[in-house]
Amino acid sequence: MHIPDGFLNVATVATTYAVSAGGVANAVRIANKKLGEKQVPLMGVLAAFIFAAQMLNFPVAGGTSGHLIGAALAAILLGPWASVLIMSCVLIAQSLIFQDGGLLALGANIFNMGIVASFGAYYIYRLTQSLLGDNRRGKLIGGFTAAWGSVLLASIACAVELAISGASPLTVVLPVMAGIHAFIGIGEGLITMAVVSLVLATRADLMRLQKI
Amino acid sequence: MNKKWWLIALLICLGVATISPLASSAPDGLERVAEDKGFIGLALEAPFEIVADYVFPGIESEALATIIAGWVGTIVLFGVVYGLAWLIKSRKRVANA
Repeated sequence: MHIPDGFLNVATVATTYAVSAGGVANAVRIANKKLGEKQVPLMGVLAAFIFAAQMLNFPVAGGTSGHLIGAALAAILLGPWASVLIMSCVLIAQSLIFQDGGLLALGANIFNMGIVASFGAYYIYRLTQSLLGDNRRGKLIGGFTAAWGSVLLASIACAVELAISGASPLTVVLPVMAGIHAFIGIGEGLITMAVVSLVLATRADLMRLQKI
Repeated sequence: MNKKWWLIALLICLGVATISPLASSAPDGLERVAEDKGFIGLALEAPFEIVADYVFPGIESEALATIIAGWVGTIVLFGVVYGLAWLIKSRKRVANA
């Protein structure tokens, strides 16, 4: 869902840059208060995993592919603000080094896949935890639901930005973006669930870290 | 034990990057929508290219070039985010002292 340059107009570029810059600054401030010894290596490994997994496009319906965003996984393990930091670093590296996602569109990409996806996932996960309980089943179903929802929410944010920029009318772009990402989100859900299950089996303590 | 877990986790990440040539090359969700709804033409080329399209430059085999691009990115992100997190954490300690 990396937006290239050219899709967004100046107003959307400026607004999303301002919001994302504010979000990242706040993430640094909050991490500064809460970040502990155990979270540091986990942040590094999650960034590495998210980058690597994002390279693995999986096929979905009709000659389309999708890949993991990873914000849900980071938000579940570390909390939404730490996830914003990780996603921002991944997206900045992808834009600067790998020419994936435009330089002008970077603010929007951080907003959609960093801020919207992380907070969406975090609150959906908390909601499912309170409904299903803090057990293995709740964590796995919560992981799937949060991941699926994060992709859908990010695609909606992306569609709104495209519509505001005049790339395509909202009534056209919103249903197709949400529709295709409802499929891609299933992949996100399955991968997130698999990793959560792996962490539960090998390092369950990492699920109980203080959320940032 | 602890260190071993992190090392295995990082090796898994590198392993994921290693199978990246198997990734689907079909357009992703946004590209598909941009093609179908006729605004893909708005996309601009990047003003510079470093490891464009996750293909490391100067390597003949595209699969190998993709794997190396994946390894480089995975290691860079591990290092940068680990370093950044460590910096944020240790600056706190100084501020509290």
